[in-house]
Amino acid sequence: MLQKMYDWVDERLNITPMWRDLADHEVPEHVNPAHHFSAFVYCFGGLTFFITVIQILSGMFLTMYYVPDIINAYESVSYLQNEVAFGVIVRGMHHWGASLVIVMMFLHTLRVFFTGAYKKPRELNWVVGMLIFFVMLGLGFTGYLLPWDNTAYFATKVGLEIANSVPLIGPYAKALLTGGDIVGAETLSRFFAIHVFFLPGALLGLLGAHFVMIRAQGISGPL
Amino acid sequence: MAKHDKDATFVGDSRISAKRIPNIAPSYSDYPGKSEPFYPNFLLKEWMVAAVCLVGFLVLTVSHPSPLTDKANPNDTSFVPLPDWYFLFLYQLLKAPWASGDWVVLGTVVLPGVAFTALLLAPWLDASKERRPHKRPIATSIMMLSLVSIFYLTWAAMDEHNKQHPSNHGGGSAGGAPAAAPSEKANPDFKAGELWTAQQSCKGCHGVNMEGVAAPNLQKVGSRLSVDEIAKVIKDGRGAMPPGMFQGSDEDLKKLAEYLASLK
Repeated sequence: MLQKMYDWVDERLNITPMWRDLADHEVPEHVNPAHHFSAFVYCFGGLTFFITVIQILSGMFLTMYYVPDIINAYESVSYLQNEVAFGVIVRGMHHWGASLVIVMMFLHTLRVFFTGAYKKPRELNWVVGMLIFFVMLGLGFTGYLLPWDNTAYFATKVGLEIANSVPLIGPYAKALLTGGDIVGAETLSRFFAIHVFFLPGALLGLLGAHFVMIRAQGISGPL
Repeated sequence: MAKHDKDATFVGDSRISAKRIPNIAPSYSDYPGKSEPFYPNFLLKEWMVAAVCLVGFLVLTVSHPSPLTDKANPNDTSFVPLPDWYFLFLYQLLKAPWASGDWVVLGTVVLPGVAFTALLLAPWLDASKERRPHKRPIATSIMMLSLVSIFYLTWAAMDEHNKQHPSNHGGGSAGGAPAAAPSEKANPDFKAGELWTAQQSCKGCHGVNMEGVAAPNLQKVGSRLSVDEIAKVIKDGRGAMPPGMFQGSDEDLKKLAEYLASLK
């Protein structure tokens, strides 16, 4: 039955080359922890992606309850945390996942750096990976404000002051993020939009490029 | 990708080649070493790693509910801001005398800018073919030095924060507590009234329930001082307590002093 469905689609769209490319590439011995335990360092990239998927899913569920305005934001998070069934778990996963994704990405970056995997021909993939790193930090910064509690508010205020101190573009960057003179209603809306639409969009595009390049080039050889 | 040769025949009016690539896995016996196919062999192992990771993640989530402080209050002058931990090293950098004040540009733009540009351009800065870390000592030592600095700055930021504000982390050490520390044993069951919990600037030092943190315990202050004396201390300060901490009207001040005097 499944085979018939596959054949039906394949006849029309010729998906076999894509499927073979996605699923049936070789995994060399030196990255396989089953053969060399130390190869677990090659897992960090996959784990970063795994936690990113968790972040996207838990974030989608959080937006079912979260209200991005200064009157209700705190109350909606508090309700989610204290009243909604499993709300504390979903919010907890998103909160701790944000830290974990940074940790995993940091370890992945170090693995790539110390194994020299960014060298020719993989320079472009390293640059894309760095951009992913910045997007992730941006997601962390914008997401920190959303609960609209004291921690969030004052940390963001300090962060925006630091941005403001940058010469030339600083005040513009601050105005763009703050959307007014004070950290207030417009700031929260902008941070929400950036956190939920702009940066995830950029992230998905960059991740796609990252993975296509890995598939095109294969994983770097043993040292 | 399917290759289109000149005499390819196509299915109907589509661009899909009539020549089918058979969906058969290649044999990995031709590859050097113990290669195996990604799907399903290696993917299963990746899932096992991911499952172990997920269990650890869920244990963390269940045992440590994510924090939520009070609703954002721009008038709260006593709240000490702290960025998320992965920004702490940048935050701490700005406290260094050579990276603050007139030199803040060095801390906000120059140093992080140079570091991140170097990281972004690493493949061109470290362009040799050599991949083993001990054979490219410059790249390896710069990265090691950066790692040590990042870890040190993050630790220093956390340490400084905990020493200055032990209240933010459940008691903490005796690090920065002044000599006038809690004069009486705090009563953990004591619940402060709404009049008190609204006073952000008082709570910072005297504690959410007046248990005394960096300043004396006030749970039985009424037995030591009268209404007028309390009002005077709030207005003019006393010892380490600065004057003018109370922002409200005289009438509110009187209400607060009366409430405190009633605690015996």
